[in-house]
Amino acid sequence: MSGRWKRVGVALALLGLLVAVVTTAASARPLSKGSSKATTLNIMGFGTNGDDVAQSRFALAKAAIAPDDVSAPNGGFNDQAFLAAVASGSPPDLVYMDRAKVGTYAADGALQPLTSCISSQHINLKQYRPAALSQVTYKGKVYGIPEFFDVRTIIADYSVMQSSGVTLKQMNTAHPSTLLAAAKKMYQHNGSQVTRIGFDPKLPEFFPLWAKVYGVDILSADGLHPHLNDPRAIKALTFAYSLIKAQGGYNAFLTFRNTWDFFGSDNQVAKDQVGAWPMEDWYVNVLAGSSPQVHTLLIPMRTLTGKPINYTSGSAWAIPKGSKNFKDACTWARTMTAVSTWVAAAQNRIALRKKSGGVFTGLRTANIDADRAIFKLQPKINSWFDQNVKTLAGVMPYSFSIPASPASAEFQTAWMNAVTRVLQGQQTPKQALDQAQTEAVKAIKAASK
Amino acid sequence: MAATTTTAPVAGPLTRVRHWASGFRHRDTWWAFAFIAPWLFGFIVFTAGPMVASAILSFTDYSIIQTTHDVGLANYRSIYDDPYVLKALRNTLLWTAMYVPSDMILSLFLASLLARIDRLGSIFRTIFYLPVMTPTVAVGITYLLLFNGSYGLVDRALAIVGIHGPAWETDPHWIKPGLVIMLLWSVGSNVVLYLAALKNVPQHLYEAASMDGASAWRRFKDVTLPMISPTLFFTFIILTIYCLQVFDQVYTAFYYNPGVAGGTSGDATLFSVIYLFQQAFVYFHMGYASALAWMLFGIIMLVTVVQIVFSRRFVYYEGEAR
Repeated sequence: MSGRWKRVGVALALLGLLVAVVTTAASARPLSKGSSKATTLNIMGFGTNGDDVAQSRFALAKAAIAPDDVSAPNGGFNDQAFLAAVASGSPPDLVYMDRAKVGTYAADGALQPLTSCISSQHINLKQYRPAALSQVTYKGKVYGIPEFFDVRTIIADYSVMQSSGVTLKQMNTAHPSTLLAAAKKMYQHNGSQVTRIGFDPKLPEFFPLWAKVYGVDILSADGLHPHLNDPRAIKALTFAYSLIKAQGGYNAFLTFRNTWDFFGSDNQVAKDQVGAWPMEDWYVNVLAGSSPQVHTLLIPMRTLTGKPINYTSGSAWAIPKGSKNFKDACTWARTMTAVSTWVAAAQNRIALRKKSGGVFTGLRTANIDADRAIFKLQPKINSWFDQNVKTLAGVMPYSFSIPASPASAEFQTAWMNAVTRVLQGQQTPKQALDQAQTEAVKAIKAASK
Repeated sequence: MAATTTTAPVAGPLTRVRHWASGFRHRDTWWAFAFIAPWLFGFIVFTAGPMVASAILSFTDYSIIQTTHDVGLANYRSIYDDPYVLKALRNTLLWTAMYVPSDMILSLFLASLLARIDRLGSIFRTIFYLPVMTPTVAVGITYLLLFNGSYGLVDRALAIVGIHGPAWETDPHWIKPGLVIMLLWSVGSNVVLYLAALKNVPQHLYEAASMDGASAWRRFKDVTLPMISPTLFFTFIILTIYCLQVFDQVYTAFYYNPGVAGGTSGDATLFSVIYLFQQAFVYFHMGYASALAWMLFGIIMLVTVVQIVFSRRFVYYEGEAR
């Protein structure tokens, strides 16, 4: 009996081996026969499991490089894997990464300038928003093609504003004392616990935005000179922190914020747990999906002089040094960010939303022409929602970003830690930002050698 | 009266080498080496090799992709000048001083309780051991949920007895105690070790002590503790090394946001390995990170040697002359 089972086992194993050999040979045949010159574009950081906008653009870019193929494993950009690949001499042909990292990798020599790509593909750099372009430009050379473009505005819960007697005019960062008063009006607590945050300044992440409100960029345009302890930056942090102090203090404030069901239908807006806070525009999409009935207002952040501002960030396509398929990489980057591609993706999304009964909240890209074209496609929803979409589009020309720096990670750590030390009551804004300035200068100097 | 002692002749190093080499004449020796060869290979390739490489890298400015230069002792000098190294070390030592005794005392207490249970002992042993199997990343996330100031389960429980709980996750004074409490839930492995040690204490020693009128405390202090001291010492060493290298749970709880390079807790959870990781894999200062790794290795070695030296006074091994 056991001998019989042994024979069956051996026969099955041989059959499995045969199937594997035949399958492998069959899948290898087209490459060896039909398209001997066809190559594969290897992409890191952009998989095939993205949303509908990613997938429709992916299909168009794939068609643009045909008959060549593309290999795009799922998963985001991984710094360690990327550097290891570059160091070992087998980098991906193209990478999709956060624009904030482009400067550091350009300074390290891991990316190549796209000068020849831009000229050969006739890419018009004027179509890209300056704030996005500055993030991918290092020492005068462009190292990345900008893609998405985050817009940060204040998201206000209209019902909280109404019930607290706060008007739209009071939600103005140009008048800090008025804003502080509005925050206090909307704030609620039950003794020791915060039950509603009136206005969340979103520290430490949005400190660069508050510094800009007070009129200072925390890093120079060339990415080499930090301005972290500029008196205006200190004033900005002092004010933003005062908003938190006036609403229960950092510990109570943050522990309450950590309880929010950020992506669910019981989110902080639906449950009136917050009056207003500055936020990226992707969250408008989240709200449209999870609680479309909630009436929100988008309000631009403004400088003390009243000028609207937008602190932006986003993604970019870049070509690593040693890329073996520069031509396809360049074609891919151009196609993914072309006006026609964005418009096709927007049309596809509008159709999908219509089918599912959802709301199209727009697409905001680093391409000015694409945004204009998409805005024209925007279907009317209702008065306040249409106004919100207009606000997002209206604030985009007033964007700024943290420029490319050879030590972007160290720079970010320096100011983030400084703000956290202030929030935790360990240092005054001046002490913390003085220390951050020293650390940032040291890190940038070391990275620039 | 002077005692006369005879000592065996001490073998010289050459004699010892010859003796070791003579073993290779036996077939069994070759078989033994054949069996341990896979482990030896793994050790050389995955442990010894990287250690040697990191020792060499610690004298360079290696950053993966840029040209590497010899920098001599510059990385070690930078350690001396870097205030964050001292901060991380202070945090790590403080955390170790808080966690190690807490873990040992709680484990011993639970093991003592288990030692008294006959019937349901195996069930409780399993229950205590279960958290050890929990992935450390899950522990980090659970920490955030349980220890949310005001709204977490821990603070809610404290509120029932009228205590206003602290902000475990945001107040720098409470972050480390919170982590200690959180990680104490995985004391199971030490409980099992202590239980085995307790069961090995000869019963007649307790009987003799009782007949001499020793109280429960004296029996514990003068019988139990000396008899289980080798196990206590072993766990003391292992826990200390573990604490000096703590990483996963803290990183998951406070450094999980990839957009926030410096973490969300300020300097309060900047432990040595966290700082080392940041230098290596966030800023890619591999040479400096290697120097930090060797500094930490030296500190762990020093602490362990000190523990071993002191242990001679406190650890009792059965059969040894005291």
